[in-house]
Amino acid sequence: MRIRTILLSIAAFAMAFAAHAMDFKPAVVYDMGGKFDKSFNEGISNGVAKFAEETGVEVMEFEVTAEPQREQAMRRMAERGATIVLGVGFAQADAMNKVSAEFPDVKFAIIDVYWLDQPNLRQYSFKEHEGSYLVGIAAAMASQTGKVGFVGGMDIPLIRKFACGYVQGVMATNPDAEIFQNMTGSTPAAWNDPAKGAELTQSQIDRGADVVYHAAGGTGTGVIRAAADAGKLAIGVDSNQNHLAPGSVLTSMLKRVDVAAYNTFKDAMSGDFETGIKVLGLAEGGVDWALDDNNAPLINDAMKAAIDDAKAKIISGDIVVHNYESDNNCPS
Amino acid sequence: MTSHGLPRWADVGLLPLINILAAVIVSGVLIWVIGENPFEAMAVMFNGAFVYSGGFGYTLYYTTNFIFTGLAVAVAFHAAMFNIGGEGQAYIGGLGAGLAVLMADSFLPGFLLIPFAVAFAALFGAAWAFIPGYLQATRGSHIVITTIMFNFIAASVMVGLLSGPMMREGQGSPETRIFEPNGHMPYMHEMLGWIGIEVARSPLNLSLVIALAAAVLVWFIIWRTRFGYAARTFGHSPGAAEYAGINTTWLIIAVLALSGALAGMMASNAVLGEPHKIVVNFTSGYGFTGIAVALMGRNHPVGIILASLLFGALFQGGTELDFEFQTITRETVQVVQGLIILFSGALAYMFAPMLARILFMITPEREPA
Repeated sequence: MRIRTILLSIAAFAMAFAAHAMDFKPAVVYDMGGKFDKSFNEGISNGVAKFAEETGVEVMEFEVTAEPQREQAMRRMAERGATIVLGVGFAQADAMNKVSAEFPDVKFAIIDVYWLDQPNLRQYSFKEHEGSYLVGIAAAMASQTGKVGFVGGMDIPLIRKFACGYVQGVMATNPDAEIFQNMTGSTPAAWNDPAKGAELTQSQIDRGADVVYHAAGGTGTGVIRAAADAGKLAIGVDSNQNHLAPGSVLTSMLKRVDVAAYNTFKDAMSGDFETGIKVLGLAEGGVDWALDDNNAPLINDAMKAAIDDAKAKIISGDIVVHNYESDNNCPS
Repeated sequence: MTSHGLPRWADVGLLPLINILAAVIVSGVLIWVIGENPFEAMAVMFNGAFVYSGGFGYTLYYTTNFIFTGLAVAVAFHAAMFNIGGEGQAYIGGLGAGLAVLMADSFLPGFLLIPFAVAFAALFGAAWAFIPGYLQATRGSHIVITTIMFNFIAASVMVGLLSGPMMREGQGSPETRIFEPNGHMPYMHEMLGWIGIEVARSPLNLSLVIALAAAVLVWFIIWRTRFGYAARTFGHSPGAAEYAGINTTWLIIAVLALSGALAGMMASNAVLGEPHKIVVNFTSGYGFTGIAVALMGRNHPVGIILASLLFGALFQGGTELDFEFQTITRETVQVVQGLIILFSGALAYMFAPMLARILFMITPEREPA
């Protein structure tokens, strides 16, 4: 009798699990940049693709093109039976807040947001300032002129957060350094304007900069190309961009949104989905700097030691990198 | 007879239909090449735009935006001016509407606050168009150049404000706080609910009625007032207008300000109507699409309303297409929308000579001229 009960419960469990796996319908709503922006949305898309490949589960996808579509897309996904809806980017925060309250039985997750409060919502936030601090050290040490540059995408607080962390890293290494900062523009087109990115980089190089860090999405390809053409160094962002111009990309500041997307679906599928805010910094592996065969010749031992030292100190709390978003201000 | 040798019914009725048909055929081929069934895709688009619950509401929501921006372009066009600054004027109109609500939503009741905010939207839009108008009228700076420049200035001003002094505390997105409920334009589904008609929820709101009223007003101003007559005279022949004693300096400024006011009023839909806050880039290109809407609607309010409905349906139907087929991405949808704009805007008269010849052949008898 006992064995039979066990068998039955195993069978029931297996069936429940199978049913669960079959009914599992993940959905992702990309934002205006689009799935193939070579940067932020594409990072998410890579994580989603990895999940889909490993599990064979089909993921519903949508890319918004206008403001009202954010809410519409999330609601449509939930109505179509999505088990989990992943939103991409802070611009979707209000829509996410509204729709997640309307569908309490559906799970939701959103990237780059930390200020919402819903019982069925997981929020991811990244400490971009910590990663930017590390590449700032690399920039200061690699620069021979003592002048380095930063090219941002659209001028919004999130991008100033990258710039501010970078400035702190540069200044901590070389207090006499000069830093040029430019934003590409004030419309979303600034995320995808490689020509303007190249122009700004060239003007910074003309003023003496020999390392330029970008946080500009698709615009950054222009930054990297311009630096490579001039024989100077660029620093990539979000995904590992070292391979875009081997020998000319000093390193890349990694923001692992792909891991966040992958983990979101994976956790939701296994039924092990915790809600709340997940803040991913150096300690959690959410941000990092990239070292691979493409940039190994550019990073000498002293540089690597300095970066690793700072990384350990940030993780232990000995170095606190100021977060621009905490007070919309950057200490000079 | 029009200048293209077509009778009026063919110019305003048949030709746009042929243009749309041509765009649909090219789009169909495109979808077929991608590997989907074009007829199925058409059905999904139509269904998404008009049938599924809430879908029609979204269609009409977009339609409302296009009516405002289309009217704005048309008004200027009657005076032979090409206002391509609708995007910026609508953006700044949103600032006006938003400021009005942010200042007053703590104490003004809705029935006072909403008209106040809409008036502010119109005022700010008009002010933004006034400057290029003034420069054109008094300094001869061409408005095609200045209005498009003012789009960029508007974008920079708005981002500066939204990520600076107007940004909501405690979050990272460049946008204002959400308005109090008395600053929300009433939703259609709520209003219809009060009188017992149940419709699915959608962003459609009272602004549609304002847009239709604006269309009537534009018709009245252009064809039934002295001012409209002066504007049309100037549009046909600036020299003749001057000779007839019309104050053309004042006329240019006034027409552009009216045009800007109409574009600015788009904010009553795209700010007060749905997001209930000012967000970066809420104009999403509606201002530019307004040019195609006006071209297709032949600058007549009725035509503009119909063209707006078509573009609204395209927007919403395209969204549904993107939902339904994983192979059809938003880029494909944009190409389809672009084809329709191309055929009915830029190539609007491509088929006119051919159509004129065919009509000439099948017309049995003609009076000698």
